[in-house]
Amino acid sequence: MSSSDLLISGLAKRYGDFVALAPTELRVPEGEFLTLLGPSGSGKTTLLSLIAGLAHPDEGKVAIGGADVTYSPPYERDIGMMFQNYALFPHMTIEENIAFPLRMRKVGAAEVRSRVAAALEMVHLPHVAARYPRELSGGQQQRIALARCTVYRPSIILMDEPLGALDKKLRDQMQLEIKRIHRELRTTIVYVTHDQEEAMTMSDRICLMNAGRIEQLGSPDELYFRPRTLFVADFLGESNLLPARVEGVSDGVLDLRLPGGAPPVRAMGHGNAFRRGQEVRFMVRPQNLRVSTGEGEGIAARLTDIMVTGSLTKLYMQPLDAALPPMMAAHPTRPDAGSLAAGQVLRLDWQPSDAVAIPGGVES
Amino acid sequence: MTGASAARRAGLTRLLMAAPLVLLFLALLVYPVGQLLMLSVWGKDGFNPAPYARLFASSVYLDVMLVTLRISLVTTLLCVALGYPVAYLASILPKDRKARLLFWVLLSFWTSFLVRAFAWIVLLGRNGVINQTLMSIGLIDRPLSLLYGFGSVITGMVHALLPLAVLTMLSVMENIDRNLPRAASTLGARPGTAFWKVYFPLSLPGVAAAAIMVFVTAVGFFIVPALLGGRRETMITQIIIDQVQQTLDWGFAGAISVLLLVVVLLIFVLYDRLLGLSTMTGAGPAPRAVRPRGHGPVQRLGDALLTALGAVSDRLVLLLPRRRGGTGPETPSRWLTGFVWLLLAAISVPAFLMIPLSFSSSGLNWPPSGLTLRWYEEVFASPVWSAAVVRSLLIGLGTGILSMLVGTPMAFLLVRSGMRGKGAMLAFVLSPIIIPRMIIAVGLFYVFARVGLVGSSFGLVLGHTVVAVPYVVMTMMAVLRNYDTRLDLAAHSLGARPLATLRHVTFPILGAGMFSSFLFSFATSFDELTIALFTSGGLNATLPKQFWDEVTLQISPAIAAVSSLLFLFATALILAAEWLRRRASAR
Repeated sequence: MSSSDLLISGLAKRYGDFVALAPTELRVPEGEFLTLLGPSGSGKTTLLSLIAGLAHPDEGKVAIGGADVTYSPPYERDIGMMFQNYALFPHMTIEENIAFPLRMRKVGAAEVRSRVAAALEMVHLPHVAARYPRELSGGQQQRIALARCTVYRPSIILMDEPLGALDKKLRDQMQLEIKRIHRELRTTIVYVTHDQEEAMTMSDRICLMNAGRIEQLGSPDELYFRPRTLFVADFLGESNLLPARVEGVSDGVLDLRLPGGAPPVRAMGHGNAFRRGQEVRFMVRPQNLRVSTGEGEGIAARLTDIMVTGSLTKLYMQPLDAALPPMMAAHPTRPDAGSLAAGQVLRLDWQPSDAVAIPGGVES
Repeated sequence: MTGASAARRAGLTRLLMAAPLVLLFLALLVYPVGQLLMLSVWGKDGFNPAPYARLFASSVYLDVMLVTLRISLVTTLLCVALGYPVAYLASILPKDRKARLLFWVLLSFWTSFLVRAFAWIVLLGRNGVINQTLMSIGLIDRPLSLLYGFGSVITGMVHALLPLAVLTMLSVMENIDRNLPRAASTLGARPGTAFWKVYFPLSLPGVAAAAIMVFVTAVGFFIVPALLGGRRETMITQIIIDQVQQTLDWGFAGAISVLLLVVVLLIFVLYDRLLGLSTMTGAGPAPRAVRPRGHGPVQRLGDALLTALGAVSDRLVLLLPRRRGGTGPETPSRWLTGFVWLLLAAISVPAFLMIPLSFSSSGLNWPPSGLTLRWYEEVFASPVWSAAVVRSLLIGLGTGILSMLVGTPMAFLLVRSGMRGKGAMLAFVLSPIIIPRMIIAVGLFYVFARVGLVGSSFGLVLGHTVVAVPYVVMTMMAVLRNYDTRLDLAAHSLGARPLATLRHVTFPILGAGMFSSFLFSFATSFDELTIALFTSGGLNATLPKQFWDEVTLQISPAIAAVSSLLFLFATALILAAEWLRRRASAR
């Protein structure tokens, strides 16, 4: 195990009868950017607080670099934390704010000065040193908070929805900034967000949480294209989910029957175990749904709406077979986007390798 | 409608909203106080500086002023130092435990000053609880004389003003972001350092606000020194009472008032220079309060001091065993919790002791013996007491209604409109708190005497409204700041005219806040003694005035019965207010 791996084993937290975090296992190797993603109340912030030492678990262990820190106070953990509302000290100047963790570590005055200057340089705000937090814009305060929690090179940096209060453009900019700093410092970052797009763009791995448990842990691609539960498929991005029944299983590839008179389809099992006759969901991402106007294989559907959302064109369709739910395809917008018209009948098909079978029938 | 006429109409509306309060204050604050101050230099035969000559002729009056300042200063220091841990604990506890803790602070706050002072007479007396207890356990064999000295006055004063200090500090501490100490901790600060370097500096505006509120109230106090002090603890307001009640020397009363007013104003000017007056209304420190702090020697000294305090507390904390599991890292230490509950017990016990004593057939001697309803029968049978109760309730009701009518439009004006001179207007509205109550009371007495309002309930309602209105405006301003004005805009956009919007949207939502504001002014009037002391006249006493007359004449067990009833009334008021608050927040 390398020097600052984060290891969580059997960690659990309850508030009265409410299970904030069910017993959880998680290992974050040094240098990784891990995102805890989930809806509110899913346990992601609880997990972060337990890692930070701002709360104590009911059971289980937290180890940083091999040392058990489960009940250690935050100031002994060698962590940095970025709070949602920045938590800059309003009675200290920017310089004093950034110098605070260094002073706590009894770093010499000259070195404090040079490291604060370097930290301000890193976030491109060298000119605000003498100001007070309230004199800065939200985006600037954000950068200062980032400088403050990195200046002492903690082995793990925890971020609790740090970009929640910023507008879209500033958020995109800060995402890049945080990624750049992560690359430069090569520290571990555990990042909490409920924004799936943010999680997809920033993370090495995503830990998707739901109702106090880890729903699925993996790279953004894995979660997006190989969701193992309905919750994951539904939470990350848009998807076409059709009810289906397993007809046959061979080598991880499944033969499925859709309701109504649709022809049999194939989908990937991706590690889940299936048996014949099981009710499942069949999933294809909108961008993997091929749309053609001619005759041929696939599902016939009537085009109900066309939406051009800038770079993407979304086609909303109702299969002619009324047993199937509405479906949606999304493709890069092309200059001839206007050639399709609502009411037209189209034909939908896909690569079997792009289709995924997910356990859990209708209403599960 | 043209732009100019719209602007004129808006100006007229503002004028109408400000007018009731401004007129009331001009007639019943500015004019009477001005009259009193004039009397100090303007006798029957024109200019006459004699009162001032007398004031400074001997050191008597200056000594009294110095005693007043000394008592006030000690009271202030103790109130802030003892109140800080209470307010701090209340600010970090979860909601339900905080409510339980604050109940005791509020109970003390709403229990009449008179009841609390009277309780100390009984507690500290020769046959009082403390002497009897010490003798029965054999620590002493003769009663100590605990009453009528500096110690008893300070005890009474601190008890009287501690709740005010706690509530004022709490209003600032509640607004300190709880993430800041947490952030300090993740950045490597131990608890002591996190407290002294981050939390404490941020709580200082609350400490300053509490200090000024306590100090100014203490300077104008007379109940406690009169009941618990000896001759050497005479405070300046007692001299004013003597001048008015015994010698009727208006000129000299005016001269002492000027001295008192000058002292108080000096303190306020100092406070405003240092921190800005707006911290008093809980609007947060003025920006300039934070800005100009450079890195001068004072700043560096303060910083070094806080660092040292932090380091020392951290060493001390290291000596305590570290807790594991179970409780979270943010659970307050047992030392803090223990201290706070001990203090709360100390401020609650005196009033509680009145209950057993009021049923005791051995009078006010401790321990109570026998069980009798005699004292209650005596009080209920007495036409004087029952008339006083009815009168106080009616005057309280009248004061509550009138102050709401006058104060609410002003609060709307101060929060909602962008008028110029807001700061000056706010200072004007708050001036009855700043000006010692005694000066207002004497001024009102002088003016009322000439228009025949002395002894009338209407006069008392007017007088009480002057001192209750600032609290109404302050609480209403706090309520209005939390109100989402977009709801009004939504109502307008749906076709509601301004009055319909007020009736159907604004008032229903603000209802609970308005009622607690009303309760506040009712309670202020119900417990008011200073104005009632003069203007209620000889026969038409209010409850506090009746209480005062009885206590200063003789110390009778019937007073314990009245105290118990007042104490129960305060409890009922708080429970009612708490119930209202819960109902409002449940919506």
